[in-house]
Amino acid sequence: MKLYLKIWRQKDASSPGKIVDYTLDGVEGDMSFLEMLDILNEELVSKGEEPVEFDHDCREGICGTCSLQINGEPHGPDRLVTTCQLHMRKFNDGDTIVIEPFRANAFPVIKDLIVDRSAFDRIQQAGGYISVNTSGNTVDANCIPINKHDADEAMDAATCIGCGACVAACKNASAMLFTSAKVSQFALLPQGRIEAVERVQNMVRQMDLEGFGNCTNTGACEVECPKGISLTNIARMNREYLAATLKG
Amino acid sequence: MGILDSKIPSGPLADKWTKHKNDINLVNPANKRNIDIIVVGTGLAGGAAAATLAELGYNVKTFCYQDSPRRAHSIAAQGGINAAKNYQGDGDSNYRLFYDTIKGGDYRSREANVYRLAEVSGNIIDQCVAQGVPFAREYGGMLDNRSFGGVLVSRTFYAKGQTGQQLLLGAYAAMNRQIHRGKIQSFTRHEMMDLVLVDGKARGIIARDLVSGKIERHSAHAVVLATGGYGNVFFLSTNAMGSNVMAAWRAHRKGAFFANPCFTQIHPTCIPVSGDHQSKLTLMSESLRNDGRIWVPKKMEDAVAIREGKLKPTQIAEEDRDYYLERRYPAFGNLVPRDVASRAAKERCDAGFGVNKTGEAVYLDFASAIKRYGKEKAMTSGIKDPDEATIIKLGEDVIEAKYGNLFQMYEKIVDENPYKTPMMIYPAVHYTMGGLWVDYNLQTTIPGCYAAGEANFSDHGANRLGASALMQGLADGYFVLPYTIGDYLSKDIRTGKIPTDSAAFDEAEKQVRDRMEKLMSGSGIHSVDYYHKKLGKIMWNKCGMARNAKGLEEAIKEISELRKDFWENVKVTGTIESKNQELEKAGRVADFLELGELFAKDALQRNESCGGHFREEYQTEEGEALRDDENFKFVAAWEYVGEPKDAKLHKEDLVYENIELKTRSYK
Repeated sequence: MKLYLKIWRQKDASSPGKIVDYTLDGVEGDMSFLEMLDILNEELVSKGEEPVEFDHDCREGICGTCSLQINGEPHGPDRLVTTCQLHMRKFNDGDTIVIEPFRANAFPVIKDLIVDRSAFDRIQQAGGYISVNTSGNTVDANCIPINKHDADEAMDAATCIGCGACVAACKNASAMLFTSAKVSQFALLPQGRIEAVERVQNMVRQMDLEGFGNCTNTGACEVECPKGISLTNIARMNREYLAATLKG
Repeated sequence: MGILDSKIPSGPLADKWTKHKNDINLVNPANKRNIDIIVVGTGLAGGAAAATLAELGYNVKTFCYQDSPRRAHSIAAQGGINAAKNYQGDGDSNYRLFYDTIKGGDYRSREANVYRLAEVSGNIIDQCVAQGVPFAREYGGMLDNRSFGGVLVSRTFYAKGQTGQQLLLGAYAAMNRQIHRGKIQSFTRHEMMDLVLVDGKARGIIARDLVSGKIERHSAHAVVLATGGYGNVFFLSTNAMGSNVMAAWRAHRKGAFFANPCFTQIHPTCIPVSGDHQSKLTLMSESLRNDGRIWVPKKMEDAVAIREGKLKPTQIAEEDRDYYLERRYPAFGNLVPRDVASRAAKERCDAGFGVNKTGEAVYLDFASAIKRYGKEKAMTSGIKDPDEATIIKLGEDVIEAKYGNLFQMYEKIVDENPYKTPMMIYPAVHYTMGGLWVDYNLQTTIPGCYAAGEANFSDHGANRLGASALMQGLADGYFVLPYTIGDYLSKDIRTGKIPTDSAAFDEAEKQVRDRMEKLMSGSGIHSVDYYHKKLGKIMWNKCGMARNAKGLEEAIKEISELRKDFWENVKVTGTIESKNQELEKAGRVADFLELGELFAKDALQRNESCGGHFREEYQTEEGEALRDDENFKFVAAWEYVGEPKDAKLHKEDLVYENIELKTRSYK
């Protein structure tokens, strides 16, 4: 199939960017979206032009590196997939595809389609852990029995890949879904309860400091999340936060 | 033994690690504050090591090429992590895990290292649970286990099909705690370009900030390389696109011996190649072999009809299916080790029974598991005389709960529903057992340069068992390296900060700059990917699942010529002083072009078949691997002396005092 691509090009963080048009022929349905861009880049390199830079690594939907706002949607039109697992069979011959970086003040553009998501790391550094040393001198793993339902729910929250689609989907560029996924994982486990009060306060404080917006329960994040992280995590984080505030 | 002293402690096998820990020197907490350590790579081994070293009090700097430590490729490990907990009461023990690993590795790994791995395996699970890793549990609240290839017990702990992700996020969380405390400085989007040696000791690295293109100098008292494997030398592999050998290869060029490069794991269950545009291959976890049955058509005409799209696999009657693993290996069936399963798939496809339009695929079928689980579920749900549709529905729910994410991934890629029609799979390059040679302390042949995780060669011999990579990465990172490195660093307590304005740093930085300029000055005919794909084809055809002397000799020559062509004609766009993904790729491919040659040379000298290394000249009448313990019971450690084909071989003889060498049989 033949595609008309409109791609955001930006030299670096301080230069202005613009949409550039490309026409690409010979795209097959079995290709992934990123393989389609590989072909475009191969053409650009052969013409001596600079290829379009985009973030990607594992290409199996788990590392969370790839991003892209495709026709206005983070990770494109398909549900429960990252861009690297989006296949071209979802598009038609003659389609125009607009490809932009994830847009948020807290995610500044580095180059072309690459954004800086280190704000997410700093939110995790503020409290996304259980403060236990890695000496191995802990209790036997089965001395902490955990209700299967709770363990499964913690796992569901823990599957967040930190790609930032929730932020890119949100009209307020809120990071509540991302932050609440980690808060929830630990809130649901007995090991995590011990620091629950400090954790939620510290992570929310950092989230605000990074310049992410507020949640207005629109739910776009949940729809666009490639891992299906549920909005109930945000409700849980709000409860945790309120309880922590009341505790002082 | 000279330079290849493995430093294995004396005494009985089970006491060696404890004895060693008691004997080695320690650094007192106040002195640790004056010692700097660089950790390159932030996967399971690097992330775990960085966190633990920082907790102990050292000043740690971490480097990763990704935009966050959480993205290291350990994250993609699916199936699980082994530990000899014996929670299932099925007779597991440290000894059994040790034995299975040595046997699984086809008797090409060190007894002492592997025993230590088994010994600390249980601790890993305790540690991870304490960190909040959400392992799968049973209804009673206890941890659940499953079984993996090459073993007869259930010792694999898992978190759905995302075990690697959860373990990595655990290590990342431990790192974050130390970053928050200021004990770890994390450098993301940074690539190690070279290792810096001062007076023969590893004292720092030259790194490139991948965003600004700036070249940086970083010094330390020791350097830990936890930079993963080199599977991408094949271009198509299950590795991440960025996975590369640069750090390890730069160390090799500076004097670190590279061991057993030809020991590569071809994983049996990956999604088959669909076309030339393909950029990478996707793994379907080995855990699927717990419930999936592997088969090809028994009749040639059925195989042909399937390839031509005239017949569907579900239309083939039970008696016309060849469940070739169950046929050939009744004791282990579908759960034979990876090397055996891969070769068996190749054998059937080469014989003309392959499916998929390419003829390079076999079926992994869940129909009987769905029925089995469906009946069980109907029984426990109190449904009497369930009809077929109900059974299948209930069974599919069970399968979905176990492997849902894998089935979803398959469906997205292949566009077929694996609940209704068998999956198609084919072997693909997955893991590299070879790597930097290390001693018992995980130190390379360069003093102060350590290697951990997949980057070293140590524990898996010629073939790694499923769910053992996560175990080894975390064992090295959490429990081995942070202690053994203290013995070396105890001599550095009075050294003081290592200056970066020395002649050694000047020289190393100059070499890095010269190399990049040379890469940019190619005549500009072909792209970097063009060379990478060409290299991959040579590797897959001549150094892949089956090798022979003639092909390997050709490979050495072809790779050497391709490398020359690359340096003269590669086209790298952009500039050095800016973000430049083409330049990043070029540097990595340049090193793969050297490693590939050494790989072929190593495979050529090893005149035997063992584990993942199968030489066509050395096989039994039934086509099984023919090992030669008399002549090849050694680790091949290569010294860099210029061109890879001139590399000098050093042999570390493997001594088996606790295990009797046997022909590996899974029949």
